[in-house]
Amino acid sequence: MATTTTNTTALASQSWYKRNEIAVTPWLFLIPGIAMFALYVIIPIFQSFYLSLFEWDGLGSLAKNGEYVGLEHYERLFTKDRAFNISLWNNLKWLVFYLLAIPGGLMVALFLNQKVFGIRLYKSLFFFPFVISQIVVGLVFTWFYDPQFGLSNWLIGLVGLPPINILGNPNTATYGIIAAGLWPQTAYCMILYLTGLNAVDPEQVEAARLDGAKGHKMLWYIIIPQLKPATFIAFVVTIIGALRSFDLISIMTNGGPFGSTRVLSFYMFEKSLSEYGFKMGYGAAIAVVLFLIMLVFIAYFLWSMYQDEKAAKH
Amino acid sequence: MFPTPIEKSSRQWQIGYQVLLPIVMLLWLAPLLAVALFSIRPDVDFTVGNYWGLPSSFEMLANYGQVFNSAMPKYILNSFIITVPTVIGAVALSCMTGFALGVYRFKGNLLIFFMFIAGNFIPFQILMVPVRDLTLDMGLYNTKTGLILFHVAFQTGFCTLFMRNFIRALPFELIEAARVEGIAEWRIFWYIVLPLMKPAIAALSVLIFTFIWNDYFWAIVLTTGENAQPVTAGITSFNAQFRAMYHLMSAGSIIAALPPVAMFFLMQKHFIAGLTLGAVK
Amino acid sequence: MRSMLKTSVAALATAAVMATGAFAAGHAEPLTGDLRINLDTSNPAPRATMEAMIARFQAKHPDLNITTTVIDREAYKTQIRNFLSADAPDVLTWYAANRMRPYVEAGLLEDVSDMWAEGTDIAQELASTKGAMTIDGKQWGVPYTYYQWGIYYRKDIYEELGLKEPANFDEMVANCEAMIASGRKCYTIGTKWLWTASGWFDYLNMRTHGFDFHMQMARGEIAWTDDRVRQTFANWRRLVDLGAFVDDHQNKDWQQSLPFLVDGSAGAILKGNFAVAPLREAGLTDDQLDFHQFPSITEGVALAEDAPTDTFHIAAGAQNKKAARAFLAHMASAEEQSIINNGENLGQLPVNANASIDDDKFLKEGFAMLSSNSPGGVAQFFDRDFPAEMAKAAMEGMQEFMVFPDNLDDILERLESVRQDTY
Repeated sequence: MATTTTNTTALASQSWYKRNEIAVTPWLFLIPGIAMFALYVIIPIFQSFYLSLFEWDGLGSLAKNGEYVGLEHYERLFTKDRAFNISLWNNLKWLVFYLLAIPGGLMVALFLNQKVFGIRLYKSLFFFPFVISQIVVGLVFTWFYDPQFGLSNWLIGLVGLPPINILGNPNTATYGIIAAGLWPQTAYCMILYLTGLNAVDPEQVEAARLDGAKGHKMLWYIIIPQLKPATFIAFVVTIIGALRSFDLISIMTNGGPFGSTRVLSFYMFEKSLSEYGFKMGYGAAIAVVLFLIMLVFIAYFLWSMYQDEKAAKH
Repeated sequence: MFPTPIEKSSRQWQIGYQVLLPIVMLLWLAPLLAVALFSIRPDVDFTVGNYWGLPSSFEMLANYGQVFNSAMPKYILNSFIITVPTVIGAVALSCMTGFALGVYRFKGNLLIFFMFIAGNFIPFQILMVPVRDLTLDMGLYNTKTGLILFHVAFQTGFCTLFMRNFIRALPFELIEAARVEGIAEWRIFWYIVLPLMKPAIAALSVLIFTFIWNDYFWAIVLTTGENAQPVTAGITSFNAQFRAMYHLMSAGSIIAALPPVAMFFLMQKHFIAGLTLGAVK
Repeated sequence: MRSMLKTSVAALATAAVMATGAFAAGHAEPLTGDLRINLDTSNPAPRATMEAMIARFQAKHPDLNITTTVIDREAYKTQIRNFLSADAPDVLTWYAANRMRPYVEAGLLEDVSDMWAEGTDIAQELASTKGAMTIDGKQWGVPYTYYQWGIYYRKDIYEELGLKEPANFDEMVANCEAMIASGRKCYTIGTKWLWTASGWFDYLNMRTHGFDFHMQMARGEIAWTDDRVRQTFANWRRLVDLGAFVDDHQNKDWQQSLPFLVDGSAGAILKGNFAVAPLREAGLTDDQLDFHQFPSITEGVALAEDAPTDTFHIAAGAQNKKAARAFLAHMASAEEQSIINNGENLGQLPVNANASIDDDKFLKEGFAMLSSNSPGGVAQFFDRDFPAEMAKAAMEGMQEFMVFPDNLDDILERLESVRQDTY
């Protein structure tokens, strides 16, 4: 900053630190954070790449017991491994359907954006599912779907339909889990939109009203453009959430029935650390694939943030 | 304001809305209410198939009492021992990184900032094998410390994003004025910036508390057994022990979910402020 | 040479200990130091049993500082690799056969062949399980219990319908038809954790083609697309097509499948003897619940049984191997095995031939079956006999088969490709 150069007169008598204070301080403040983050996050990402080139059962050290196999794991993933294909498809389903949380959240937010008695409590209660751990959400929905006593079948029964076993059928199980995931995620998006709606410029809304804009037209042309920051964040957190889905699957179906609800993150765990999994290298290869998928999104997120930064500077 | 305020609409719709609200809310929370209902039933209700009728007796005290007689209190204590230091550690580290990245202009600033963000966005499962090995090598496998260290490191990414943006929005003139006075940089951090960051610290603390409390994945990757495992992992052991005893499993789940819920209701304002940072420009 | 000498001296010492029956402090130098034991016996009864057994060992060796860690049984299966390589205890529980192979091959378990050497009590009294403890010609642990598998059925319902214990598969199917005609299911099962389905495969395969064929499969010598494998599945399909199994088994665990047997909506279950305790607890009396051996399918094929063996091992990284060996010897003695396996404790069968079997109808029947009516051989269990990766894929395929039997061709081809990769 400009301030450093102002009192140059005293330079000679100052210590090295004093002279370079402004240049050095940020690094002193950054070192602990960067060190921790590098040790636990950045380096392990590269270790995963490295590990994926080896056949290693995780027992004993990699150097001693690992066997270098090159890109064999990747070849196998993409040519032979059906479970991997299923996981990839399920990840895609998660990405697509999990995004329903965004319009869902917007709808709930519009519904709740009123000033009636007790609305604050209602908003809190609607948000409530997001605070509960996914483990509990998973348990709650497993019982909700239970073919014997589940509330879902009781509700279906009221309409006169026969009971269905959502989590037991490979065609419906993944959707059942995604629906469970949408519950807290919609709540999250709702709170983002409620905050966003608060900040909508009332003058613009009034002006549009005078022009005769109403209902969905008003929503589409006036409101939603103003909600763009909220939508961006909702999009980011929902994509991340979709690719991180693990807890719900682990609790609700454990990947079953017959492996039909696996996603990459779960399959990776199964291959490397679960009861029958001893393939650390193979698991790492799956990790790399998942990382590359996420990289597409991360690149997009960072690019839009970079644009914002640039805009902020000007 | 959008949608049109309810008080400006027709009388019928006003009443309709007031009626609709509780109904929609009950539907929204139905899965949870079902579990709450389960948790006060006697076990005989499950054997005779009385799932949705009135409980034949109210066994709230007995059911919850049994939860407290199991290993659950230990798991809950573990959760606190893991969560609180993590919150302190991650918030402390990110106050520093946020300060460095938000106040100073230097080469690589944006690069480092983006590194934190990118790291925070990754599906953390991909770190599983290396982090497990690292923890094993440090002799911290199956310790709360091992779990805390990882959580602190990983959450630093998110917290840095949060803190840096918050500090950017602070009035920079304050810092410049202090520098003109010749105040040392670390004093500027401690006496000027930090006090202004109180709302951000509160918001982040509540948020991180919930995130860490609800972590399940790392709990099962890095710990085992009731000496170190938090309640999210403990609940599965608890359920294994009381398999098919839905009244106890329900009560256990509710207990496990309670602390972050309490945190949310007590600190709602901070919580939402934390979550929605950036949702408004 | 020196180390060999050492081990044989140790073996002799152990043998001497075993021969005297009890290890009196005066016989050899007393055991000192720490002894760390990891247990997977997390359910209340087994836990208390093990702790009492350890306490009796402690009483004999007051100078030994014993620490016991009990880990949840399911969690243990994934934790074992971590603590073995990072923080090895001296003694640990695990399972026999292929289930211990990865750890043996990684050099994480101690070779205890010395304890099994010719002339030792263990060699004599535990001979029946030596094979299951052997990999590469060496022994890697000592068993403490085993239990039979078979069909536990509702005697009262069978009697009500005029059914008898089936002598062959046709009778079994006929029984099942009668059971279904009465509005019940024949067999309850919960396949969420997959292994229960492989119990059916073990029996159907061993009854259709015999023990040796089954073991050839386990060693990867038979293609899953082989016609003989298809024949096994064809037999299974007879039951599936009848609707013999309870609905929605794919998202129930085995405990959740028991209520169907208790309330009489299913007539039987294929399970290990560990199912008896929860069934009794749920209210079934010994007049209602009975046991029969899985009937013969192909005539002339010698009957073989599943009898999983649970074991103790010494970690390769153990600090106090001397005390660990003494502990294994203690646990293997006829006296201890009689106590820990009796009805109040594990309620299972002792491995030691000189141990007494508790006076329990299921244990007696199981013991008689295994010792005199299992000429074909004794298998451990599907996921202990088959290598981990094969087992996991195959069990998943079996679960799928039980729900969608028409997918069989696809399943078998998939398993065949896993087999080619695994072995």
